[in-house]
This record gives sequence, C-alpha cells and structure tokens, in this order.
Amino acid sequence: MIEVKQVTKVYDQFPVLNEIDVCLPEEKIIAFIGSNGTGKSTLLSIIGRTLEKNGGHVYIDDIELALWKSQELAKHLSILQQAQQSIVRLTVEELVGFGRFPHSQGRLSQEDQQHINRAIAYLELDHLRTRYLDELSGGQRQLAYIAMVLAQDSHYIFLDEPLNNLDMKHATQIMKVLRKLVDELHKTVLVVIHDINFVSYYSDHIIALKEGKIVAQGSTDEIIRPDVLKEIYDIEMTIKEIDGKRFCLYFE
Amino acid sequence: MTMLKALTKQKKIILLTALVLLTVCLLYLLPQLNASNYQYFLNKRGTKIIAILLTGFSIGVSALSFQTITNNKLITPNVMGLESLYMFIQTFIIFIWGSKELSMMTSYTQFFLSIGFMMMASWGLFNLVFKKENQDIYRLVLTGMVLGSLFGGLSSFMQVLLDPNEFTILQGKMFASFNNVNVSLLGISCLLILPCSYILIKDRHALNVLSLGRSSSINLGVNYYRLVKRQLMMSAVLISISTALVGPITFLGILVVSLTRKLLNTYRHQEMMIEVTLLSGTFLLAATYLVERVFSFNTTVSVIINFIGGVYFIYLIIKERQK
Repeated sequence: MIEVKQVTKVYDQFPVLNEIDVCLPEEKIIAFIGSNGTGKSTLLSIIGRTLEKNGGHVYIDDIELALWKSQELAKHLSILQQAQQSIVRLTVEELVGFGRFPHSQGRLSQEDQQHINRAIAYLELDHLRTRYLDELSGGQRQLAYIAMVLAQDSHYIFLDEPLNNLDMKHATQIMKVLRKLVDELHKTVLVVIHDINFVSYYSDHIIALKEGKIVAQGSTDEIIRPDVLKEIYDIEMTIKEIDGKRFCLYFE
Repeated sequence: MTMLKALTKQKKIILLTALVLLTVCLLYLLPQLNASNYQYFLNKRGTKIIAILLTGFSIGVSALSFQTITNNKLITPNVMGLESLYMFIQTFIIFIWGSKELSMMTSYTQFFLSIGFMMMASWGLFNLVFKKENQDIYRLVLTGMVLGSLFGGLSSFMQVLLDPNEFTILQGKMFASFNNVNVSLLGISCLLILPCSYILIKDRHALNVLSLGRSSSINLGVNYYRLVKRQLMMSAVLISISTALVGPITFLGILVVSLTRKLLNTYRHQEMMIEVTLLSGTFLLAATYLVERVFSFNTTVSVIINFIGGVYFIYLIIKERQK
C-alpha cells in the first residue's frame, strides 16, 4: 500500500505541493488529474523517488521511501517518465532486457529471458524486437518503454503522461494494456493523463490536484460529474453517458 | 577459424585493435636492437610503453564514464578544467619560487602536490555544486568550465610576467611528453589506478543502465547520486594521474571514445572500456613513434594527437548538426 503524509515540495520558495495527504487504493488504475502546473507530475515523481521532497513522508508497503534499498525498491515500484534521449543506440529487445536489471544486476538468466519475451509479446512488439529505438515511431517507442517497465515486474507501476503526442490507436492500445495489467496481473497503476475522457473511460480511481492541494478524490463515478470537474478545471463541462461510460464535452 | 566465427562482432573488433596495438608496440620496441644494446633499449622503450598504456587507460575510461554520466557524446572530463588547474599549479610554483625550486623538488613531491590539489579541488566542487536535493549534472559541468577558464586566465597572467628562461622550462610541462617519464612514478600511478579499475569493474552494469538517462536508471534501482559521485571522483583521479604523468592531451578522450562508440555500436561498458583503452594506447604510441622516428623530436605527442582529435571533433560537430 502507498501512503503519502504531509508531502511538501518547494521550488525557489514557491510551493508546488502543499502538505499532501493521500492513501492510494490497491489493484486499480489511479489517475492524477488537474490543470498544468498543479503538481501532478511532481507528486508522481516524489512517490516514484525520482525527485526529492522538501518535507513529509511517503510509505511504500509501510516502509519510508528513504529507507528502501534502491535495488529492492525497483522490484516493487517502477516509474516511466518522458523518455530521455539516450547516447547509445538500443534495440527493443535490449531496452526491455534492462527492465530485468533490478532482478539480475545485468546478467540475464533463463528466467529473465522469459520475462522479456512475455513483456514483448504482451505489447505486441514481436515483429520489432531487433529494431533500433531511433527507427521506431513515437508510439512504438512508448510501447517499448512500457514493455521494459513490464519486464521489471513490479507491483506498482507509475506512468507520467504516457499518452503524450500519441495517435488514437497507440493511446488506446496503451490504455488497454494498463487495463489488462490491473485486471489480469493485479498490478496497481498510477498515471498522469491530461485527456479527461481517457481518464473517465479507463480509470477506476481519480485524484485531482489544484494549486498544490488535493481538491477531490474518489472513484471515477464520483469525480466525473459537472460540479466536481468545474471545481477542478474552472470550466463548464457537459457530461453524456454512452453505453454506461461517461464522456465529457468541454469544447463550447 | 571456427573459434573466430563464434565471437560477436564486438569481440572481433576488440581482437583486431589489440593486434594493431601489438604491431605498433613491436614496431616501436624492436628497431635497431642488437645483442649489445638490447637491455638499455628494451628498458627505456618498455617503460615508455607502460606509461603510454597507463595514460591511455586513464584518459580513455574516464572520458567514457564522463560521457555516460552527463549523457552527452561531445564532452570529456577536460571541460571540468582539471588540466587548467594542473597548469595553474605548475605556473604558480615557478612564479613564486622560480624554476630552480621546481626542478629541485623530487618528482614524488611534485606528483603528490599536483594530484592532491586536483583531487581536493574536484572534491570541493562536487560537494558545493552537486547536491542531493539538486542533482543537476550540467550545473556541475558548467561551474567546472568557468573555474577552468579562471585558472587558465590566472596562469597566462603569471606566464607573461615570468622571466623568459623560466617560461621555457614551464613550457616543457605544457605539452604531453613521454620522454622523461619517471620510472618511480609509474609504480605509484599503477597503485592509484588499481582502485579506479576496481570501481569501474564493479560499476560496469550500473553504467550500462545509466546510459538510459537519469530517471530510467533510478527506476531500475541504480543509486544515481552515489554512482555519479563515485564515477566523477574516479575520473578526477584518473585525469590527475595522466596529466601529472605526461601533461595535458585535450582531444584524445573525445577521439577514442567516439571511435569506440562507432566501431562497437553497443551499450556494454565492459566491452567499450577495453576497446577505448586499446585505441588510446594505439594512438598515443603511434604519435610517439612519429615524434621520435619521423619528426625527430621537432614536434610533440600532444600536437599530433590534438591535431587528429581536433579535426575529428569538428567532423563530429558538423555531423551532429546535420541530424
């Protein structure tokens, strides 16, 4: 279980996160929403230990983040952020192989190889295995990175804006994979997503931030309502239900 | 033949480079040897070859590690200004006490003075700029660059005020040379290089992961802050050793690391470290050969290496721009 207590982050005396308290449910897709600059990605990075907090505590399975051994934590929690340009050329298979690093420390065993194959198959990347990442499209590259995280085989999976710059086909493919990770493999997935309709359609639980504070949290049905969304985004939304799923219209 | 076929493409290239290095070694070692002089020549030339291989290793692997840490293919630890600091120390000694003092100093004193200062400076810089809350590697590199040009400026200020005779002596220190490598320093250098090699072997897999970038490596359980700090300190030690041993050779690092990346086309540091050492050994030895046998000491190793490396660097920048 992940528990966040009084977490604060300050950039140059400007508070980005203000004493956040939150307890995250298990085995769900949890979406962090809010306008730009409200601290969603900051919070995700702090829980995912790629960013140092200025105050407060984060407990992963009842152990404070700072007390975890880096290698051990990587077996429980993985975080995928905007992929940086790498100075080396890697094939899809090599990248996915890196996901086994917390388990194998660089020497791939038979079992590691099976995990790699499974992850590649799960994201339907078999035909691209030996291709170099810089030869792939943005969407395919994102799938390869998700396969790496999948090979890491951690219970918690954090994704920071995984749908950025992707077309509809790749975006839905990624969301379906995340859905399967929760439903079939019982993972807990945390995502930052901007498109509210993706959130409404695929997520189970929503945490909304505004000005460094949590303004709303609850199941998707509790949050995807005109009054709640109006408070989060300061815009009027019409919500329509189609086949039991809610859709938000905000183009007016 | 079947054995050769079983090797990966990378291992074949490493083997080939090793053969080239061996050939250059023999070319350098063997000419004009005969029964009466072989002891003298082998001793003299052998010492030089050992010094060259140590320097090649230091410059090569530190540049490789530095590029991985900074995630940048166009820089080497030289930008951190360690060589300018070395020049500053030498100039300072001559400026204050005169060249007599510098030549009077035992090589040990000088060696440890230079290395000690360079390591203290790097340690201070890392602790001041590279903090746990603010792990900005480029801020560190830029601070190093600024300090480097500060020391460069101070050195040249003192150099203009020097007596021309003293300046000539100083000039001998400004260019890399394997002609007066002190045998007694080789033992110490080996001793200092040993722990560095241990760190490199221990960190080789973590460095592979680090080439994915900072956040990916943290995700995969690498202790980023500790790894970067350890590797940077190690680079500082290696650069200090090679500079104190032979003098500054700015463009060697970039030349050999880029060639290694191009030739091997792999992310595996275990292989790149071997190749980079072999390549820099080859370049240094070939340059020494040219200086001694072709140009008959009319030029220096650093001039030749910096010419080749500089041209290659320009080519790299132009190519990078076209991307």
